[in-house]
Amino acid sequence: MINYEKLLHDFPILNNKMQNHRLVYLDNAATSFKPTIVLDAIKDYYENYCANTHRGDYDIAHKADVKYDESREIIAKFLNANKNEIVFTAGTSMSINMIAYGYALQNLKADDEILITEAEHASNVLPWFSVAKEIGCTIKYIPLTKEGRLTPENVKSAMNSHTKIVAIAQVTNVLGYYVDIKTIAKIVHEFNAIIVVDGAQSVPHFKVDVKDLDCDFLSFSGHKMCGPTGIGVMYGKYQLLKEMIPLMSGGGMNARFNTCGEVTLLLPPQKFEAGTQNIEGAIGLAAAIQYLNEIGMDNIEKHETELRKYAISELKKLDNIIIYNETAESGIITFNVKNVFAQDAATYFNSKGICVRSGQHCAKILMDFLGTVATIRASLYFYNTREDIDAFIDACKKAGDFLDAYFN
Amino acid sequence: MPISINPMMMRQIIMDHYEHPHNKRTPTSDKYLKINMNSESCIDNIDVFLLVENDIVKDCCFDGIGCTISTASTSIMTDLVIGKSIQEAYKIIENYRKMINEEEFDEELLDEAIAFINTSKQASRIKCATIGWNGLNELLDESKGEKHE
Repeated sequence: MINYEKLLHDFPILNNKMQNHRLVYLDNAATSFKPTIVLDAIKDYYENYCANTHRGDYDIAHKADVKYDESREIIAKFLNANKNEIVFTAGTSMSINMIAYGYALQNLKADDEILITEAEHASNVLPWFSVAKEIGCTIKYIPLTKEGRLTPENVKSAMNSHTKIVAIAQVTNVLGYYVDIKTIAKIVHEFNAIIVVDGAQSVPHFKVDVKDLDCDFLSFSGHKMCGPTGIGVMYGKYQLLKEMIPLMSGGGMNARFNTCGEVTLLLPPQKFEAGTQNIEGAIGLAAAIQYLNEIGMDNIEKHETELRKYAISELKKLDNIIIYNETAESGIITFNVKNVFAQDAATYFNSKGICVRSGQHCAKILMDFLGTVATIRASLYFYNTREDIDAFIDACKKAGDFLDAYFN
Repeated sequence: MPISINPMMMRQIIMDHYEHPHNKRTPTSDKYLKINMNSESCIDNIDVFLLVENDIVKDCCFDGIGCTISTASTSIMTDLVIGKSIQEAYKIIENYRKMINEEEFDEELLDEAIAFINTSKQASRIKCATIGWNGLNELLDESKGEKHE
């Protein structure tokens, strides 16, 4: 069970107002709020052991090393990965770029194929476009069902002997369906290809076990799971990380080099972490993960599932709302108010203190698939309540009068 | 138009221009200057077109996808500037921007555009209410530049 009274204490922002209404934050797929405990961990680093990591010759530098290392360990445990398979990055986008340039560009040839879907976020599309152009290889789209789902059968039908990489989200950011990564990974490996998983919308919301899924790469961002911005993770199977080329070079990633240009790189994960790292970010993300662990990922998932069910059942009672992903498992609700342009509706929600996002959600291809130029997305997290949903539903009812936002 | 214009009228003006926008078309002539205003952070994606002859705005029109606020504000803008001199058009834009920024402005120049006087209350809409106007401003600059060449 989630203790809301405790959450109000843990997240001071939940007590805030916006436009003179209680703040109702339903844009968690974009970013999440941060509990004080995360900010305290960051502050502690800066106030008490502010030193650079690697080869510290004094106590506080040693402590920074230990804490940075511990952070990696906490994240590894959270994913059931090995510590040396966790590479710190700036976030999901950087992780996927590192995989595209460090793995795909080195290993693929002109007659190879990369499979993605029309539901992917730009960060899981554009890096592949870029490297495919350089390699001269092909990008193909795995067909989705009429509902917009990705099924193992559809993956299988799209695979062939040229397929080398399958890059898909575990939960897509617009439609919010769960994708059966475990079954798909088996199929992908039968074809001797690798599976690159975008975990940006899954890792924050339910238990993700990389060994159980048997995925080759997994990327996610800290800020969507109560951590700070600018920190994320690229998980990769150790053997693959060893084969990969680092995107960035610099201090902290080489063992030695000489003036003739011979460089010996450190082993993963250090070989990917050139330059002074986002130390506060790593420490903050680890604090966030410990906080999520305390609540329990299963509790978080259960809470969101129940809340979504409630929201959908209430939304379905309204005849001015179009829902695009009624059967989705995640806390993402994509909808429109009939005859109201998405952005106009979102402004109306703002005037009621409700944060939702209008737009194409960076999944421009999908909008062609849905047949609408714009939608509104409400996305839940564990600190959302029935009260939030009630406020949201009440605003939905009146959203036809969206110009009220302009005149009241 | 008096400043006491009531919210109901403002609402009507905005909805009328959204549902039946004026000068929403792509000109066939290649004499027009064109600019694409594609917002990075929202869905708005409109083209603004300008035809200047002898320092007079002979025609101004727009086309594309936009929300209520961007469509209506651009529609009203085209009505306001057609037939005006370049200097008058600049003056209208300047006064509109002043209104949006809650500064003192000359309401006589803005006519129906005064319906957007509350934009600052919903800060996220400032971009919508100015996207077409910023496009026109750039086209006016461009038209002057060409003349000097």
